[in-house]
Amino acid sequence: MADIAARSPTVSMGDNRSSLHKLMQRKSTIAFLMALPLILLVLILVAYPAGYAVYLATLNKGMTRFVGFGNFEFLFGRETFWMVVYQSCLFAITAVIFKAIIGFVVAHFVHNIPSKGQRKWRGMLLVPWVIPPAMSTLAWLWLFDPSYSAINWILAHFGIAGIPWTGETDWARFSVILVNVWIGSPFFMIMYLAALKSVPEQLYEAASIDGATWWQRIWFVTLPMMRNIIAITALFSLIVTFANFDIVRVLTAGGPLNSTHIFGTWAFRVGIEGGDIPLGAAVSLFMVPILAVAATFILRDITKRGSEV
Amino acid sequence: MANTAIAAGATARPLKYGSMSRDRRWALRWSYFFLVLFAIFFLMPPIYMLITSLKTSAEISAATNPWWIYNPTLENYIELLTQNHYLTFFRNSAIVSVCVVAVTMVISVIAAFALARMKFWGSATLATGVFLTYLIPETLLFIPLFKMFAWVNETFGIQLMNHWWTLIILYPTLTVPFCTWIMIGYFASIPKELDEAALIDGATWTQTLTKIFIPVALPGIIAATIFAFTVSWAQFLYPLAFTTSATELVLPVGIITTLIKGDVFNWGQIMTGALLGAAPPLVIYAFLMDYYIAGLTAGATKG
Repeated sequence: MADIAARSPTVSMGDNRSSLHKLMQRKSTIAFLMALPLILLVLILVAYPAGYAVYLATLNKGMTRFVGFGNFEFLFGRETFWMVVYQSCLFAITAVIFKAIIGFVVAHFVHNIPSKGQRKWRGMLLVPWVIPPAMSTLAWLWLFDPSYSAINWILAHFGIAGIPWTGETDWARFSVILVNVWIGSPFFMIMYLAALKSVPEQLYEAASIDGATWWQRIWFVTLPMMRNIIAITALFSLIVTFANFDIVRVLTAGGPLNSTHIFGTWAFRVGIEGGDIPLGAAVSLFMVPILAVAATFILRDITKRGSEV
Repeated sequence: MANTAIAAGATARPLKYGSMSRDRRWALRWSYFFLVLFAIFFLMPPIYMLITSLKTSAEISAATNPWWIYNPTLENYIELLTQNHYLTFFRNSAIVSVCVVAVTMVISVIAAFALARMKFWGSATLATGVFLTYLIPETLLFIPLFKMFAWVNETFGIQLMNHWWTLIILYPTLTVPFCTWIMIGYFASIPKELDEAALIDGATWTQTLTKIFIPVALPGIIAATIFAFTVSWAQFLYPLAFTTSATELVLPVGIITTLIKGDVFNWGQIMTGALLGAAPPLVIYAFLMDYYIAGLTAGATKG
């Protein structure tokens, strides 16, 4: 295959070629040109802004003067910043753990039922993932409404007093995580279901013959076989959840008293709405370490699998 | 699956047949029971959207059963669809999404072909780089982009802020890396014999791409197209940061900024707008579920 394009010019072209023309006909040059739009897009709209963010973070508010680590020092001295760090970690880690557990459990239930019904159930259970998050979060906002909450209406029948879903710090933190879990666990379910289907039946038969109980089958057969998918799904989700914006923005807009702000929403509040672009850039840069760690692990997994195949 | 193993064992030993099949039946019942519970949890918000959208504002603010519609009405739908704004948002969203899908597929299919089959200097690094790009979230990029747009305006006099077409430039950063990545996977899985045969028959690389790779990898292309569409339809941060006037907004931002006026929430219309806004991805999903799911799982399994 390596010489498809190298040979094809000789098929279609005569001898009279200028050197530029010859260069244009070389396979690697053509390949490079074909990838050029992608390269330009990535360089101009992703790589450059990412680097530019670092530069911006070292300027003063009016972006006229270099202040070094001034913005970071300012952030370290603010209580709100530490609250955002705490909430971002709490939000991302708790949500990913619950998404993984719920996804795993639901995938098992779907896998348990006769295969002709599986498609229908799978289709139904993936709906939260399909609806644009900003729209479904609006539905949650309405379900959580302080005075007309439909969930509180149901709870009232069980004698539970109205819950201030978005009004009190702890409940608001719970609510944003709940909505994130609601949106994200179907994705885990789909990934785990695909992985479950790829576990060879014989392994379970062998385990049954050896007298394994159901949790031994899960612990010693299912989990080891699915380890790769579980890890990669969780890491992907960690990145997306950590960098989340829509859910928090729509549901609580960071409130009450900034207690549900995560890096993305606080950077927006400070940088765009507050007009302090360098400070906003500095806030968003704090996402980089955790993203880099997760990305390293994902990449290692991907290249490892690439070399296995 | 565990149960089928038990059932297989049970037929071999007829003595234990009764208890084994009872176990299996109970396992199945419990599975259905929990699936129903989870389905209620997962489908509650969209169903409540539909319920609210069919109510009058008087009924919404009355202290009646919120889960029941006493006086069904289409008033919200009519009002929303006769307002100019909502249709503008819908049109903006549709144009942006369709353009982004077209741009994305052209860029990523061609680039994926080059990266998967026509190796060149640095192509392996570039493939990894594309994947890394997919992992960079938009929450990291919107502030520098905001500043870059201001610079473009000062230098070239092109105002990128507050125009819906700016989103056509921005969204490909979210869609192209992933689509390229899954297309590389699909292209790499095509047997080399196929394009070698084409080569022997004297096909050029353009012909190899259009006559062999695109038809064979069509499921992958459909999956990538669906992905690109749903991502651009749902994107919220970029339009919120870069567009402000009512005529330039796309759906998610439009609903939130125009239907919520101060502290007045017109819930009937908000839910109607959100439901109609969620409709295009849901319709695509309903008809192309298998491709949709293939695209979802491709990121991790096609690697």
